[in-house]
Amino acid sequence: MKKYLYYPGCSLHSTGKAYEESMLSVFRYLNVEVEELKDWNCCGATSYASIDEVQAFSLAARNLVIAENQNGNGELPELLTPCNACYLVLTKTQKYMSTYPHVKEKVDQALSAASLHYEGKTKVRHPLDVIANDIGLKTVSDMVKKNLQGLRVACYYGCQIVRPFADFDDQHNPMTMDHLVSALGGEAVDWPLKTRCCSGSLTGTIPEAGLRLNRRLLVEAVKRKAEMIITCCPLCQFNLECFQDKINANYGENIHIPVMYFTQLMGVAFGLPEGDLGIQRLFVKPSWHLSSQKGGVKVHA
Amino acid sequence: MPNHQNNGNMRIGYYVCHCGHNIANQVDVEALAAYISKLPGVAVSRSYKYMCSDPGQELIQQDIKDHGLNRIVVASCSPLLHEQTFRKAVEKGGLNPYFFQMVNIRENVSWVHEDRKEATQKAMDLSRAAVHRVFFHKELEKKYVKINPDALVVGGGIAGIHAALTLANSGKKVYLVEKEPTIGGHMAQFDKTFPTLDCAACILTPKMSAVKSHPNITLWTYSEVTNVSGYVGNYIVQVKRKPRYIDEKLCVGCLACIDECVYKEGKYADEFNMGLSKRKPIYMSFPQATPKVVVIDPETCIQFKSGKCKQTCIESCDRGAIDLSQKETNEEVNVGTIILSTGYRTFDAHRVPFYGYGKYPNVYTSLEVERLINASGPTGGELILRDGSHPKTVGIIHCVGSRDRNTNRWCSRTCCMYSLKLAHLLKEHSGAEVYNFYIDIRAAGKAYEEFYDKVLEENVHFIRGRVAEVIDWAANPAEEGKLIIRAEDTMIGTVRRIPVDMVVLAVGMEPREDAQAVRKMFNISCSTEGFFLERHPKLAPVDTFTDGVFIAGACQGPKDIPDSVAQAGAAAAQAMMLVDTGEVELEPNTAFITEEHCSGCKSCIPLCPFHAILFNDTSKKAYINEALCKGCGTCVAACPSGSIQQNMFDDAEILAEINGLLAIDNSEFYEKEAIHVG
Repeated sequence: MKKYLYYPGCSLHSTGKAYEESMLSVFRYLNVEVEELKDWNCCGATSYASIDEVQAFSLAARNLVIAENQNGNGELPELLTPCNACYLVLTKTQKYMSTYPHVKEKVDQALSAASLHYEGKTKVRHPLDVIANDIGLKTVSDMVKKNLQGLRVACYYGCQIVRPFADFDDQHNPMTMDHLVSALGGEAVDWPLKTRCCSGSLTGTIPEAGLRLNRRLLVEAVKRKAEMIITCCPLCQFNLECFQDKINANYGENIHIPVMYFTQLMGVAFGLPEGDLGIQRLFVKPSWHLSSQKGGVKVHA
Repeated sequence: MPNHQNNGNMRIGYYVCHCGHNIANQVDVEALAAYISKLPGVAVSRSYKYMCSDPGQELIQQDIKDHGLNRIVVASCSPLLHEQTFRKAVEKGGLNPYFFQMVNIRENVSWVHEDRKEATQKAMDLSRAAVHRVFFHKELEKKYVKINPDALVVGGGIAGIHAALTLANSGKKVYLVEKEPTIGGHMAQFDKTFPTLDCAACILTPKMSAVKSHPNITLWTYSEVTNVSGYVGNYIVQVKRKPRYIDEKLCVGCLACIDECVYKEGKYADEFNMGLSKRKPIYMSFPQATPKVVVIDPETCIQFKSGKCKQTCIESCDRGAIDLSQKETNEEVNVGTIILSTGYRTFDAHRVPFYGYGKYPNVYTSLEVERLINASGPTGGELILRDGSHPKTVGIIHCVGSRDRNTNRWCSRTCCMYSLKLAHLLKEHSGAEVYNFYIDIRAAGKAYEEFYDKVLEENVHFIRGRVAEVIDWAANPAEEGKLIIRAEDTMIGTVRRIPVDMVVLAVGMEPREDAQAVRKMFNISCSTEGFFLERHPKLAPVDTFTDGVFIAGACQGPKDIPDSVAQAGAAAAQAMMLVDTGEVELEPNTAFITEEHCSGCKSCIPLCPFHAILFNDTSKKAYINEALCKGCGTCVAACPSGSIQQNMFDDAEILAEINGLLAIDNSEFYEKEAIHVG
């Protein structure tokens, strides 16, 4: 199996630590080699691009160039980018560099000041894409030790993973995580809000708007009898998990639904130790699900 | 090499056309005429306001007489427009019509260049090339071929039916080939038709039976054209007739066999009812199917699948019409003209998953609703949804798969009107509240706008805005159990949520899935979106670039019934025009092989796209069927021994033209060819 370079971005070393831990554990278990990109820098997120697009592209492009250099073995570098925001920024940068010569010219200039040269060879890959399309759900299914039979999971994709540049899933109705849940033995809940806004940074800036957006996702997931939500984006995970108490207080709801990274759920199904998956970092503990009869731990244990 | 020796004393007449202001504004026509007048061999050089006008043509004829001209060059518009005009004028003046060359200084110069000086220079260069070229023009003969009066019509929808009947009624023999077991096409599936609300079957079925009983029409249903060869006036067509396992001559359509089939109930999705009902392996598409003959589908028939059926159908037929040993047969027919009326397909609503088709049972396509409300449809015309309920509110979403960059960019033209019709019919059938979600209402047709007014007065709701999604996510108790249509209402500038029981997707019209294969078989073109391409969008709407092949109906582009019928009539008239002329003139730009130089290598034979090159086994030389040759020049370029030449494009003509274009002195050339200048 080929080697993947890994670009953590700021989240996976901080609020999304559990995402990093579980992803690396899962790839190790699947015998996939992952190597962190050396000397990576901030992707610029959406904030930088709204202030100065070209500078933002230069910042992001630097990561793509050092990936080309680090790989070094002639193979096209594939850069695992688990954070959806980083993933969007890097794919957008590539798109603009290949489509708009005036952007490329300026970015090339900026990079040359750091003696870097952009070739555009790096393939930006989301771990969800790699698991579903490189490793394959059949392999995943074969590696399951604790079947998740009966566990109802709502899969939350967020806005950035499939829109607008990625092409590994449908932009309106992505299904990769739903299929992944089935491969783990669980049951993906039909939940039409899977790409609807999690409120992004609004929870911090205009909380009443942010909570309102956030609440409707949670309420509908519970209404459709989901026992947990999984996601593939650190900000989505943070928004959906951390404001449940506030939503309950403000709107008189009674929501306590675990929100995990898809890699954490995979790790559970693979029977990996909870400590390796960052399960202890979750605020809404999923333990009662995972140890219950339905959660499936006892099915094969 | 063809002989150009003694091509005579050149006396060239050159004419530059002002085309009103079209050319004169951008090209200095006087300077151009003056420049050309100084070239060797040019006896007369003039400019004139409209060369294509009668006085313009007479000018040429008079000059031929007065100045003894023997070559004519006209610099004006595209040869597509007026090459024939000027050739005729030259011929009328007493010259061979091929002693003529046209220079396009309008489309290629004045319309596309902004700098007058440069445009004039380009016009001079192109004209000089033509003047050099005509030295080498040869006297050519027009060729004629006879036209077979019989016609082939492919596709038995309303367009094909109308074209076939028009031809047959005027005494022409017609072969009508239809892929399905019955003719009728999409129109047979419709309930009522806009704007008059007359029932589709009532107006269509008399025409269907007229086809069946017409002595001049040979109807082959369940059949497909598999190969076409030949040329205008003389096409040879192979038709595959699929076995229907029923003897068409014996079956009277009593349907006893269907009743007696071992399946007590229908089991397989009924194609005619859009899968809303089930049929048996032996079936008839609909009561008025034409021919009124059942068909057995071997994919679903137990006897074909396992060989272990009681074959109760055979017992039930007192006429012995069922023949399970029937085999596919092939027919070959000779026809002079072909009309393609292969129709369209509806947009696959699965391609827009956010409208929930295939996910929510009560989301329907418009064609499904046509069947659902039809008296002979799956529910006998009662509006019962897939979940067994009766809708109280219905949302009709316009432009599904039309006017959308993500799917099809074109307007399907029919959907506004049929959506209005369905709104009226759904309200009439169920009393439901009906909401239309539209971008614009396009009701441009006779009595169409009036129909829109009528529907407005019936209190059908209209919300102007594109629908974002159809979703079962209830935001409040009133929405529970409903489908919610989320749409922008651009009239009041807000996003609305309309809860409904039933959603109708007004799906657009697309080229059929086999349009490319059909296009290749009949050697015609498709426009970018995949519909068959007409010869001219305005002036030759039913002709194609292949002579003798015409197009009619929705295979050419989205069209409603009146337009399809009008086009079918036009295609039939064009075909008759050819037939009644009796013969067709062929362009003499054909290739020919100089036998003594041909080495018999055969490399040209597979290259010919028109199968015009044959091989003489006795002489071991290739030869070209002039009637088939379209003058594409492929073989000329490919021939390793240079033994293939092409009329109007031989080496001397092309080299002289290049020399002229590059302003290379041609005097050496003339000397070699013994041509006298001046």
